[in-house]
Amino acid sequence: MAKDYIIDIQHLSKSFGGVKVLDDINFYVRRGEFVTLLGPSGCGKTTLLRQIAGFIAPDEGKILLEGKDISGIPPYERPLNTVFQCYALFPHLDVYDNIAFGLKLQKVPPKETEVRVKKMLKMVSMTDYEDRSVDSLSGGQQQRVAIARALVNYPKVLLLDEPLAALDLKMRKDMQMELKEIHRKMGITFIYVTHDQEEALTLSDTIVVLNEGKIQQIGTPTDIYNEPCNSFVADFIGDSTILNGTMICDRKVEFMGHEFDCVDEGFGENVPVDVVVRPEDVYIMNHLEGSQFSGKVKSCIFKGVHYEMFVETDTGYELMVQDYNAFEPGSEVGLLIRPNDIQVMHKERTCNTFKARVSDAEHIEMLGRHWECKVPEGCAEGDELVAEVDFDKVELLDHQDDGRLAGEVHFLLYKGDHYHLTILTDDGDHIWVDTNDIWDKGDLVGIDIAFGAIKLSRSNG
Amino acid sequence: MVKRSTWSLPYFIFMVVFVVLPLLLIVLYAFQDGAGHFTLSNITRFFTDSDSLQTFALSIEVALENTLICILLGYPAAWILSNRKLNRSAVTVMLFIMPMWINALMRTLATAELFNMLGFTLGKGTLLFGMVYDYIPFMIYPIYNILMKMDSSYAEAAEDLGATPWKVFWKVTVPLSMPGVMSGVLMVFMPTVSTFAISEFLTNNKIKLFGTIIQENINSSMWNYGAALAFIMLIIIGLTSLMGDNKQAEAEGGLI
Amino acid sequence: MKKVLAKAYLYFLLALLYAPLLFIAIFSFTESRVLGSWTGFSTKLYANLFTGGMNGGSALTSAVINTILIALIAAAVSTLLGTVAAIGIHNLKGRKKQTMQLLNNIPMINPDIITGVSLFLLFVFLKVSQGYATVVLAHITFCTPYVVLSVLPKLSQMNPNIYEAALDLGATPAKALWKVLVPELRPGMVSGFILAFTMSLDDFAVTFFTRGTIGLDTLSTYIYADARKGGLTPELRPLMTLIFLIVLILLIVINVRQEKTKKKYSK
Repeated sequence: MAKDYIIDIQHLSKSFGGVKVLDDINFYVRRGEFVTLLGPSGCGKTTLLRQIAGFIAPDEGKILLEGKDISGIPPYERPLNTVFQCYALFPHLDVYDNIAFGLKLQKVPPKETEVRVKKMLKMVSMTDYEDRSVDSLSGGQQQRVAIARALVNYPKVLLLDEPLAALDLKMRKDMQMELKEIHRKMGITFIYVTHDQEEALTLSDTIVVLNEGKIQQIGTPTDIYNEPCNSFVADFIGDSTILNGTMICDRKVEFMGHEFDCVDEGFGENVPVDVVVRPEDVYIMNHLEGSQFSGKVKSCIFKGVHYEMFVETDTGYELMVQDYNAFEPGSEVGLLIRPNDIQVMHKERTCNTFKARVSDAEHIEMLGRHWECKVPEGCAEGDELVAEVDFDKVELLDHQDDGRLAGEVHFLLYKGDHYHLTILTDDGDHIWVDTNDIWDKGDLVGIDIAFGAIKLSRSNG
Repeated sequence: MVKRSTWSLPYFIFMVVFVVLPLLLIVLYAFQDGAGHFTLSNITRFFTDSDSLQTFALSIEVALENTLICILLGYPAAWILSNRKLNRSAVTVMLFIMPMWINALMRTLATAELFNMLGFTLGKGTLLFGMVYDYIPFMIYPIYNILMKMDSSYAEAAEDLGATPWKVFWKVTVPLSMPGVMSGVLMVFMPTVSTFAISEFLTNNKIKLFGTIIQENINSSMWNYGAALAFIMLIIIGLTSLMGDNKQAEAEGGLI
Repeated sequence: MKKVLAKAYLYFLLALLYAPLLFIAIFSFTESRVLGSWTGFSTKLYANLFTGGMNGGSALTSAVINTILIALIAAAVSTLLGTVAAIGIHNLKGRKKQTMQLLNNIPMINPDIITGVSLFLLFVFLKVSQGYATVVLAHITFCTPYVVLSVLPKLSQMNPNIYEAALDLGATPAKALWKVLVPELRPGMVSGFILAFTMSLDDFAVTFFTRGTIGLDTLSTYIYADARKGGLTPELRPLMTLIFLIVLILLIVINVRQEKTKKKYSK
């Protein structure tokens, strides 16, 4: 079965200096497919690509190429080629010699080399440039030479590391189309790394969304856009409003204080969930007939094709809405969301869970600090417990020194009426916080947990 | 408001007076006789005097040999120093560069005394050996510098295209480090030709290099002939710098 | 294996490079007048050096003082001239900038002997009597280009808007220069100063040609004359050892400073 896959990655892990950059990565690539590794900077996507190319050895796991493990093979023996982010064209060679570099090393006869190089030059529309020095080329031209230099070797897989990141917007759009065309013509498998979700949606057959070293979701662009599996994917790809909700029963979900019909089943009854609503899926009208709930327009901005509005619902939530018609700020509107357009997702967690250890009758050790709290009766010193802290019971302070712990705002999500923040502590732990205060990504904060907010229970093994 | 670019004016004037004018004076004196009349005799004297010509030829020979030995010994050292897998110590790098900052005369004297104690006959062998001692840091440093600045993605790209580490070294690393080698050559070759004192100490006055005869002529008030010899040296500098393609300043820029 | 070979090669080269210096350092701790014969451990040469109690007495002491004074003056003037020049060159464009950079390169490419002879001819031509002043001027000539090259990178690393921001916030050009520009350039100026100082200390050839006939000696010219007389003054051994140590310490200081600024910029 696995033989149908040109690349099969199994249980790949990698740490740098104790920090896990990739954690148990599993995915496969079909022959001729265009696969994109998508994620924010620092998510591990480039590390993954460099492991496939052979520049970094994995700590654990296998990389199979046509069923054979290649993780022990040096890069120069792998039948894969890379287009580097900054092109890495050899400045001491001209365009022709750059492209012919790999063929000369393989001792391809000069005549064949010439034919293949010329063919590649033609494909990337650089026919008259063979004698030019690479320093005299524009960014886009260098990009084409880099692609030609890799493809002329007919690699089994072409690896592209953010190849368009250095180009300006217009050039990027043109090159996207050209890349797609080259992929179609050559029939070679592409593995493409980018942080640009639009680029990923445009180019790929399959998208692998990565965050913090873990695969979040694998799917076609439409799947990923329409059915994000968690709030990270929903937030990262396209515009969306993500809200806390409760699955009442199959096909019925409650959020923003209203009950909606939906198409999701199998969550159970009265289960907390995350709900994603895309702004273009909210119907907005200037009357209440036929609407599910009402709201008041707070702002309206023209975005070229559509208007983008923020509407405060009757229950006090803020919802992003896109429509071809403008609605004046201050006007009362009716709103409607159709069952098909409501995407319900499992919550990854409903509160913070930490490991705790009893230090005495009134104190525990948790997150590397001592905390005063009510220790359940019958617990002795040294007992391992599980501590739970609600998201809204964690306090954030302006100065790192003021808190018991110090950290940085790592990720933030607006949930309609509050912010849901992921805080990365200086010790490397994650703490999730619900707050109404406004923070930005990268803010340094002090963290404290109030007395009485820590709920302790016996660990279940 | 005064334009900021005019701030280069004082330095420009200074440089004209203390750099350009003196160099022009070398040319002027080279083509004058003692009484201040134009003459070519200083130049023709050099080309007809077999002693001067021999010294000149020997200087070029010693300088070429010295440069070659410095490249052969220095390149591997620079490469090892710049390779993160082989050397992570900044102190080792510094130890290689430090002799550049110690008075060459002192180091030469120390070297000559050491040779004496070890019982070597001072002559061409010790001259070359001592010259390599004196100048190898000037070869290692610019090569090391350029290798350190080299983007590792070039080597990776070559490897990706099928080059073994050995091929990566010869096809990418060496060609890309040529500007460093060239500035090393500039920093070793010309100073070797032009040294005086050093060659005298290392050979116990047995061997004179071109620099020594310039100095002797100037010191014995034969300014015009001395200037003519300096002029010939200037021409050689011009030629070698043209080869060096102006990269020297770049490599020297990060001297410390 | 490869690593062991590489290390062995480096240490072999270092041993060769440092053998003469170590040799001198070892024999600075014995009284013998002839280098290479060990007559027992003694610090007498060091004592002589500091009390001037040696043959030829004060000549060596005054040579050392001259060397340091000349180096200090030359380095200070070069730093000032070079910094002003660097700011000017940074703001020049096109052909003018290229010309200035070319001019700046000439003294660095020229071998010492050319610089020395050409300046000697200049002073002869202008009929300036040679001595202290001409030596200092000559040293400024070959030191300043290094200051310029130390300061220029700091100017291009600098955000060009900060000077304008200072003006925008109400600073006069002079204030903006002093409060904003100079602090930004200071690391380059300090490196330039130290570079100029050591270049001046090291110099032999240029001093030799520009010192005239008044009997002015720096350490280099003293050593040269001394060695030509045959036999090194024994007190030069501890002196060389001390200079060696001072240079080592200076280089470590510069390196540490550089690491610090690197860290600052990478943050």
